Amino acid sequence: MKTIFKSLFAITVLSMVLSSCGNGGSKKGSQGALSSSAAEKVYVAPGEHDEFYAFISGGFSGQLAVYGLPSGRLFKVIPVFSVDAEKAYGFNEETKPMLNTSHGFIPWDDSHHPDISQTAGELDGRYLFINGNNTPRIAKIDLTTFETTEIIEIPNSAGNHSSSFVTENTEYVVAGTRFSVPYPQKDMPIDEYKGNFKGALTFIKVDPKDGGMDIKFQIMMPGFNYDLSHPGRGASHGWFFFTTYNTEEANSLLEVNASQNDKDFIAAINWKKIEEYVNNGGGTKAPTNYAHNVYSDETHSATSTMKNEVVIVNPSDVPGAIYFMPTPKSPHGCDVDPSGEYIVGSGKLAAELTIHSFSKMVKAIEEKKFDGDAYGIPIIQYEATLAGTVKQPGLGPLHTEFDGEGNAYTTFFISSEVVKWKLGTWEVIDRKPTYYSVGHLMIPGGNSRKPFGKYVLAMNKITKDRYLATGPEVTQSAQLYDISGEKMELLLDFPTIGEPHYAAGCPASLIEANSKKIYKLEENKHEFAIKSEAEAKVVRKGNEVHIYMTMIRSHFAPDNIEGVQVGDKVYFHVTNLEQDYDVPHGIAMIGANTSELLIMPGQTETFVWEPKQVGVWPFYCTDFCSALHQEMQGYVRVSPKGSNVPLSFTLDGDAVDAE
Amino acid sequence: MKKIKLILSLLTLITLFITSCGNGEKKQEVSDSAVQNATEVTVEGQGQSAVSDDVSAANALQVAKSIEDFSTLVAAIEAAGVEDAVVNVGPLTIFAPVNSAFDKLPEGTVANLLLPENKSQLAFILTNHVAPANYPDSQLAKEAKKGRKLYMASGKYLVVEEKEDGLYVGGTKILKTVQVSNGWIHVIDNVLVPAE
Repeated sequence: MKTIFKSLFAITVLSMVLSSCGNGGSKKGSQGALSSSAAEKVYVAPGEHDEFYAFISGGFSGQLAVYGLPSGRLFKVIPVFSVDAEKAYGFNEETKPMLNTSHGFIPWDDSHHPDISQTAGELDGRYLFINGNNTPRIAKIDLTTFETTEIIEIPNSAGNHSSSFVTENTEYVVAGTRFSVPYPQKDMPIDEYKGNFKGALTFIKVDPKDGGMDIKFQIMMPGFNYDLSHPGRGASHGWFFFTTYNTEEANSLLEVNASQNDKDFIAAINWKKIEEYVNNGGGTKAPTNYAHNVYSDETHSATSTMKNEVVIVNPSDVPGAIYFMPTPKSPHGCDVDPSGEYIVGSGKLAAELTIHSFSKMVKAIEEKKFDGDAYGIPIIQYEATLAGTVKQPGLGPLHTEFDGEGNAYTTFFISSEVVKWKLGTWEVIDRKPTYYSVGHLMIPGGNSRKPFGKYVLAMNKITKDRYLATGPEVTQSAQLYDISGEKMELLLDFPTIGEPHYAAGCPASLIEANSKKIYKLEENKHEFAIKSEAEAKVVRKGNEVHIYMTMIRSHFAPDNIEGVQVGDKVYFHVTNLEQDYDVPHGIAMIGANTSELLIMPGQTETFVWEPKQVGVWPFYCTDFCSALHQEMQGYVRVSPKGSNVPLSFTLDGDAVDAE
Repeated sequence: MKKIKLILSLLTLITLFITSCGNGEKKQEVSDSAVQNATEVTVEGQGQSAVSDDVSAANALQVAKSIEDFSTLVAAIEAAGVEDAVVNVGPLTIFAPVNSAFDKLPEGTVANLLLPENKSQLAFILTNHVAPANYPDSQLAKEAKKGRKLYMASGKYLVVEEKEDGLYVGGTKILKTVQVSNGWIHVIDNVLVPAE
């Protein structure tokens, strides 16, 4: 009786301790989190700069936002897959081709996983790659201009989710399909999915000189869902790991039907072996159709090229290149530790985290420890690759990042927490709540050989009461924790654009010094650029009117144009003559069915206006450029069709080059 | 100005003390950080003239500083504390007197103007050399032809004339014109002292 009493007492004490721990960040206990020391840690004084860049994807906004850490301040929203009227992305003639696809112009996508280019397994701060989920695409952002400079469409893919992660030297950026689809696409009954649908894993070669992307090959895998992926590094460099779910190959009510198997797989792909096979003429050149869009900083314009061939690799044709590692319960995150030895699979529905060992995998392959195969791909025995499991870590594990000090941090969606655990011993060290239902987390460089383990950023899916209420739709949120000590400390909670799906962080020192200030006017190769006011002109070609216009503080040249007629298609080709950092000008025309232009120093952009009404119509500068910004305006006289008003253009009542 | 800041930060401190809630244990921490914040707030950032940028075209101040013959003008700009205005996005058209122009003033004038107590008078004279506008020489010629006066930052107007040997502003000849990133510098050999 006494012992029972004792243990009851012990349990009560224990649960009190546990529950008080959990209260750490709740509303009433939030003074702890918002203590002055936390405030000081995120306080970046006016005029001071943040230590890290955080590039946080906008999820369903289709964009990428640039924040500073630890302050959480927003610096820029880079338009990637969605049109952006503020920056004329997808509205001006120069960037419309960026959103071209085999389905035509697509003004939106779902941006998910930013990843910064690497050299020798470490962040190099040159480029950032990000995937569009919906109409499968990979974009490249140049981290000198912070602009999207390339978008490549991924053929034979659908729900481009296990993307866009780079290999150790950015040899490849990888795009894996989430939805398997018929290959080649065809009209067929959906319920004949099993065995007939395929999942393409696409390896895009990256040019080491200019970052240019080119699809090298596609591996046509069994019709599973390929969820996330990460490259090997160090000893495992040359391999790529993809989580799979729906190995049941269900095509309906997946929440039930794709949760039947006790284990799904992590696919281990020896891409070096496949690359060699392709380099030696392996694979099949198959007809296809996809867009490759490239933006040039010299012409300030994008071009879209349709490509019609891709190399397809059939897994069974390259024996020894692809294996399956059984992993419990629909694994989501697939994360590789800085040494490259451990591959962490987070089974969404699993009670524990599964960690595979790369060296054990290699040994198991040598010793042929297989449990049969799936569509000819060997399945390695579960125990043979298992390095360990983290027991009872939390509910709904999703993603893991690393601090470079031997610790891993995993997010748990259902139990809304970040859990710190130790590689090798698999023991849980600390857990902190998130607000609420965290998805990805990010440590700068946390999925590379060299993490910068000072902060972890948790990106949440549910916000509810965290900020001032804004009706049914509330902002999404990210939370910053200090991870420099044994225990994590919540520092900051800040709102984000769209859904903060995932992020890539990088020390500012690797990026900031390379950030471009202006475009050199003399290097401007835009077809319609002019380099001085004296070159300004208006040219009619049938019903097209081309205005070659300049802007400088604080006027347009020309600013009075006559001779335009209803029914004309008027192209404003506008060059910003400024050569001074942070002096953009904008332009907008009344009644133009498009956005403003926001033109950086030395840049040329174009919008089209189709006047529908006779009259005299103004245009003006939309960016508060200078003290006389309000004076920066002009008029276009629109006459009836067939009018004999001659075409003329002036500034201050004279020809633009008059003295 | 400094005094005002001091008073403001003291006020902030006091307010923080008063408003810090009844949480006795936390109080010390809160007031500590308040002290620190108040200190931080009074640390003033430098103005726009401190921006380091060796990529953009040079602005008016950078150009003036790079030319020895503008050393008196630059000294005057600094003494008047108007460096930030001269690098502002403007646009600015500056009629810039060379050193010999200042030498033409009655003896002791420049030294007197550079005294701290004459700061506002100096600033007024300097602003009489700056038009908040974009006037390349071609535009000045048009102003002359159309009989338009130049409105200066001092609030005064200057007459621009085109004579046989060149453009004149306020009765003094423009010797040379330089484009700068935030406007134009026209070199002159007289100080344009406002009639006052």
